[in-house]
Order: sequence, then C-alpha cells, then structure tokens
Amino acid sequence: MANAKIITRRVAILGGFAGAGWLVANTDKLTLDSGFARVFHAVEDWTKTAQRGLLFPDRLAREYSPSDISPFFKPNGTYNPGTPEYNAHAMQNFDDWRLKIDGLVAKPLSLSVAELRRLPRRTQITKHDCVEGWTAIGMWTGVPVGPLLKAAGLQPGARYAVFHCADNLTGEPSKGGEQSPGQYYESIDLRDALHPQTILAYGFNGKQLDVPHGAPLRLRVERQLGYKQAKYVERIQIVDSFANIAGGQGGYWEDRGYEWYAGI
Amino acid sequence: MAVSGRKNWLARAWHSAFAPIREPQGFYRHRALVRLTHWINALCILFLLGSGLNIFNAHPHLYWGLYGTDGDKPFFSLDALDTPAGSQGVTQIGPWHFNTTGVLGWSKVDGEFQARGWPDWLTIPSFQDLADARHWHFLFAWILVFNGLAYLIYSLWSRHIQRDIFPTRADIKAIPRSILDHVKLKHPTGHAARRYNVLQKLAYLGVITLIALMVLTGLTMSPGFNAFFPWLLDVFGGRQSARSIHFICASLIVLFVIVHLVEVLLAGPINEIRSMLTGDYRIPQDHHAKDPS
Repeated sequence: MANAKIITRRVAILGGFAGAGWLVANTDKLTLDSGFARVFHAVEDWTKTAQRGLLFPDRLAREYSPSDISPFFKPNGTYNPGTPEYNAHAMQNFDDWRLKIDGLVAKPLSLSVAELRRLPRRTQITKHDCVEGWTAIGMWTGVPVGPLLKAAGLQPGARYAVFHCADNLTGEPSKGGEQSPGQYYESIDLRDALHPQTILAYGFNGKQLDVPHGAPLRLRVERQLGYKQAKYVERIQIVDSFANIAGGQGGYWEDRGYEWYAGI
Repeated sequence: MAVSGRKNWLARAWHSAFAPIREPQGFYRHRALVRLTHWINALCILFLLGSGLNIFNAHPHLYWGLYGTDGDKPFFSLDALDTPAGSQGVTQIGPWHFNTTGVLGWSKVDGEFQARGWPDWLTIPSFQDLADARHWHFLFAWILVFNGLAYLIYSLWSRHIQRDIFPTRADIKAIPRSILDHVKLKHPTGHAARRYNVLQKLAYLGVITLIALMVLTGLTMSPGFNAFFPWLLDVFGGRQSARSIHFICASLIVLFVIVHLVEVLLAGPINEIRSMLTGDYRIPQDHHAKDPS
C-alpha cells in the first residue's frame, strides 16, 4: 500500500515536469492556437472583474498639474487620415464635421463640432499610457460623453458605445506577418461611457486639437490604455453587442489580438 | 522498493533519487506545499521573464519619472541604428553605448536581421507580438500571485518563514564568516547543514521581496489600477519609474536564479533537487572530521 502511494507520488512529480516541459516547448504553437485563446480570454475577464470590483464606486483617474505636462506627446497610429473629405474638413477648421449618435437611442443626434464646442466642457490633465509601455501627460478639453448619450436617450438593452473613426490604419507586423488594414474603431461599455472623465476632446494642451492627435474629436477613457483613445471620431453607435461589427472583438486592435478590457 | 534483477543505471538513479531518507542520515526538510509552490513559482518566473522581454521589445527604452516616450531621454535602450557600415544593434546604458549587433537591438529572426530589443531565443513567444506576450504575461502573473499568496500564508502560519528564513541575531553577527565560507565555496556539514546559512536566508527574503515589488510595480503600470491606488504611482515615482523598477527587479531575480542554480550544483545537485521533490534531505557529512565509528 505504501509502495503504491510512493509510486503515485513519483508519477505525479514526473508528470508535472513532463507537462511543464511540454508547455515550455510549445509556447509558440499554443500562442497561435485558437482553442488555447479561450484561456487568455478567461484571464482577461478575470482581470476586468478584479479591477472593476476595486473600481467601485467609479473612481477618477489621477489628474496632474500643468507643470507635469510632457514636452512631447507622441502621436501614434494614424498621423493624418488624409482622405479628400477629411482634408476638406481640416481646411474649414472642422466647423462642419458632424458627430452622429445612433443605434439603440430614442433620438439619434447629429451635432457639429461648432455646436459641441458650445456645450459644457471638461478640462483634465491626465496620463496617457500606451500598451507599448511609454507614457505622456497632456491636457484635454472636451465635451463629456455621458450627457450626450443621455440627450440621445439610451434604449433598453444598450450596453456598449462604439466609436467609429475616419482613419484607416495599416497595422503592425504581427504573428510573423503584416496586419490587415482596417477602419479604426473602438468600444467601451456604458459604465466607462458614463464616467465623468470620459470626454470627446477637441482641445489639447490649451490649443485646438491638432491632426496627429486626432482632430477634430478624440475619445478620452482615462482608466484604459492608449489604443482605447480613438481619434477622428465621427460616430457613436450604441449597441447591445459588437459581435457583428468589423472583426467582432470590439475594436481595431482587439480584432488583432489585443484585450478589449485595456485597464492593464 | 526492491531493485532486483535488472540493475541498470536508470533504475539505480531512480531508486537513489526517490528513496526515503530518515534520521540520522537526513531529515524531512521541505513540506509538500513549499515544494509545490516552489516549482509553480519557477515556471511562472520563466514565462514572466520570457513574455516580459517580448513586451519590452515593443518600446525598448527605459525612463525615469512620470512620463517618457520617443523624444524623452532614456537611461537604457536597445536600439537598431543605421550607420554607414549598415544597421547595428546598440545597447545604451546612461552615457555609454555598446555595439551588441546579433544579440541586442539588431538580431536574426529566421535567418534575417530584424530590429529587436531582445533576441527571439529569449522571448515568449519567440516571434515579436505584443498582444500575445501580454496574454502569457497576465496568465502567469495571476498564477504567480495566487501561488505566492498560498506560499506566504502557509509559511507564515506554519512559522516556516519566522523559524527558518528570518535571520537570528547570531546569524547577523555571523555574516562576515558566512561571506568567507561562500568565497571558499565551503558548504556546511553535519548539524550546521540542518539550517540555512545567513546569506541563504537573506537571499530567500530578498527574492520574496523582489517578487512582491514585481507585482506592485506591474500593477502601477495599469491605468485601471492607478485609479484605485494612485498612491502607488507616488511610491515608485511615476509610471515610467515603476516600469524601470519592474525591469531592474526582474534583472535581480535573474541574478538570484543564477546564484541559486550555481549553489545547487556546488552543494550537491541530486541531494538538493531531491529535497525539493520528495522533501527528504541527506545531511552532508564532513569527510575531514574524525570518523566516530
């Protein structure tokens, strides 16, 4: 009997090491395996649940003082959408650029940038954390998203705000190949959309928002990473699911493997 | 277990590796939970280092302070630079620059040179992919946290840490002597081998502290966690400082692992590894002492 127990333990020890060795030897294969991706999704959900639990009630991201603003705020992704329509708007100071709010709302809205600039505004100096690892601090002025959505009237079933952008991004080389180009978009859930620091910014560091940083409208979701801060926003679509939009993962980078919940 | 008949070397090694060792030849040194958490921790560290280096490659610069990006001055970087003689890998530490072509900054992937901070044979996955490296990193970060908590709670509750790892007053006084023993590669025998020496204790306490710092600096890089615990940003001096401390602590953990493995080899690898597998530790005898028999 004692022998059987000892042998079981030896098998367990050797089995454990064999399993670990197999895991180490197959990391590249598992990385590309669509079945194993479920493990990663479960981890993302767990991270989101843990952070959301801590972030109740809705905490504000830290706001910095003007002396903390970085001298150079690196633009990333698209530097200029460059389409004829976009260029025409840029020539006219984006006064006629319109933001559409539609989907699961009682009253779809279409507001010009000139109108948005006249609404109550919020200015915040915040930290911008790129998923790549770098940080820049900048001052954003814009219109809070929450009151806009409330004005449009959220319908029952509304869960996410999808931000559609004017830029087409080529992407980065990944998984041994080039990423496919695509129209930039992002999504956040209503908890983030209604957060007081979630704004559509039209001003940056005391000036009008410039083209490399997302003119005329850029989303700021201050408790998430840089790729959530969609630039060149032209439409907010309220949905109950983003499964049928583009790649179905809720954003340009999400469709290319990044986490939808970008709080870490 | 009887090893009659086929006495090949494998069976003998198997037998001697797993045979129970009892007093007075040896004693039960490592309890099951300590052994299990040790190996899970080792696997976590391996995956976290490999995926961490892949993540680092997405922006192979380190800064100090609240912010830092292209245009700000890094104190450490692994870049590929264009020179008249072609591309070169350049490692920069403060004011110093080193040509590290082929390994750091500019190295071969599938036979072709590529701008890469750390080379493909060090990163998880081997190909450059920030999204997937993050997936591996967070998977093993969570395992590390739960595994580490299990170890800490159990070891504090069973007084393993207080009894075996915390240095005593006598230990502190013995530091110079312990340093001398280590320099001479002299390992304790007999009764002294039943306890950890003071440098060993300090190394174990040190690596526990480093892992705790890794978790805290890692969380400080999370914008979500920042909203909950903004004071951690102050403790580490900003997100970029936290990122740099994260990297420095990882380097110190690598140093610990190297010293740890060298010590296992010097102290007797079979006995040391067995003690972390079955728990049984054979007390090394001093062959220079008079044989009592």
